[in-house]
Amino acid sequence: MPATIDDPRIIEFDVRTEEMLVNMGPQHPSTHGVLRLVLRTDGEIVSEVTPHIGYLHRCAEKIGENLTPRQWIPYTDRMDYLAGMNMNLGWSLCVEKLLKYELPERGRHLRVIIAELGRMASHLVGMGAYGLDLGTFSPFLYAFRERERILDLFEEACGARLTYSYLTVGGATADLPHGWTDKCLAFLDQFEPVIAEYHTLLTTNAIFVKRTAKIGILSPEMAIDYGCSGPVTRGSGIDFDLRRDGEPIYTSMYEGYQFEVICERNGHYPNDHAYPAVPREAVLGDCWHRFYVRMLEVVQSIGLIRQAIENYHRSSGSHGEPIKLNQKLPKGEAYLETEAPRGQMGFGIVSRGEAIPWRVRARSSSFSNLAVCPELCRGCLIADVPAVVGSLDVVMGEIDR
Amino acid sequence: MNAEQMSGLIAERIPGAVTGQNFENVDPWLEISPVQFHKVCEFLRDDPRLAMNYLHCISGVDYLEVDPKKIAKAGFEPHLEVVYHLSSLEHRHRLVLKVFLQRWQDDRRGEIPELDSVADLWSTADWHEREVYDLCGVRFTGHPNLRRILCPEDWEGHPLRKDYEMPLEYHGIRGR
Repeated sequence: MPATIDDPRIIEFDVRTEEMLVNMGPQHPSTHGVLRLVLRTDGEIVSEVTPHIGYLHRCAEKIGENLTPRQWIPYTDRMDYLAGMNMNLGWSLCVEKLLKYELPERGRHLRVIIAELGRMASHLVGMGAYGLDLGTFSPFLYAFRERERILDLFEEACGARLTYSYLTVGGATADLPHGWTDKCLAFLDQFEPVIAEYHTLLTTNAIFVKRTAKIGILSPEMAIDYGCSGPVTRGSGIDFDLRRDGEPIYTSMYEGYQFEVICERNGHYPNDHAYPAVPREAVLGDCWHRFYVRMLEVVQSIGLIRQAIENYHRSSGSHGEPIKLNQKLPKGEAYLETEAPRGQMGFGIVSRGEAIPWRVRARSSSFSNLAVCPELCRGCLIADVPAVVGSLDVVMGEIDR
Repeated sequence: MNAEQMSGLIAERIPGAVTGQNFENVDPWLEISPVQFHKVCEFLRDDPRLAMNYLHCISGVDYLEVDPKKIAKAGFEPHLEVVYHLSSLEHRHRLVLKVFLQRWQDDRRGEIPELDSVADLWSTADWHEREVYDLCGVRFTGHPNLRRILCPEDWEGHPLRKDYEMPLEYHGIRGR
């Protein structure tokens, strides 16, 4: 007797099932690195998810106790390796906060250009890899085609394609090369119209919507309770972005810039008439919304880079002078969070007046974002676990440090 | 609200809880007595004037000078600090709390100090306390699932302690 049953738990009403532990990972294509999840399942239903992390732990904080802040920059690259620039920036700003150092205007605009390009590159991977998680291959190729061009720009600016160490304490290691901004603008002009294609590929794709809408719903209260941040919280409708609401040393970088914090307010996203409508099935805080927030943030980044390039050419002064490699740090403690692509990335430093800090701290955004995963996966189907983990867009290098 | 006013509010509500403070530091901090720590956190979270609903980070800092030549000039007694970074999304204010602990409970080497867990107040604390336990060696009493998080479960020692020594061998893998 065929029956249509809405409650997924009733699908197996006549099948005898027993509880089973399923090990997912650490080497699993849809766990975004070496993440191991132990699922307690009953048939297709997951009753409990236990993440096991630490496979990529490289003692970054301990290493930081033996190096000067500028020497530690390459280690920050290797945390969120998909957004190395943003990691460099977070750590540099944290040390600058301790030093009470003020960056020249031109350097600030340079940092905005670089940081927002980094965000775009990271969100492109997030988008493409999310398609992979859900079984569609082509968006990944499109996303990497565009990311490649951003990496080319980065390579021209600093010589590296993944681990940049470009932004550093006191500014940037070098100014942007001559003619770089024209290439950057040309890329943006080419990239902006292409985003509509991505929306047809994924955002409004019927299968994609079916796999993500109403799956893994994160309530705003739970998001705050678990210390989630970035697109994960904004996908739940929390209007919070450190670029606007952060500490002065960070928000001053974005002073005078026009941009919207992407989150749903009164049932609408900013300028949502320009983008595909939210499908009827989607509920605020589900996987689809987290994905959508990332897609819209890319557009905001494009706008920010355009403004930043204009400001960069208008402003005078230098791009900032990197501090001496063995510069003595003042005694004190500083902690600063910046809005990295995956959320609020915090860096802390404890100094006792020597060139080498007493203790460094990296608070990872993905760490807290992943911690909420057991709550989101409770009671979902096994096939939905990759959808939920993918929508959190975690990078294990940053979680394990 | 600034740290000074918050300190006043805490002292008014829970006398004797604030045992020290530093408002000159880049991030002003309060030192809270470990005995009343959980009570203070509960007050910070639930009082509508403070509404500290967001816990950013818990970090452990070990203060021990291992270089015998520098001990005299170190300027501190060996101790362990657990640092909490809190903020309120509603009022947009921040606060740093510190708890000072002994490096070893009652100076019995090998017995790590204890502190009340705040995982019941902020779920963020769940994984963060596990990390501090794992790397710095602080036992959080009342934690629902206190086990190592970054190091393997059979790892010995707490790597972020200043006197930590890397094991010579781990399951046939040579260390050092």
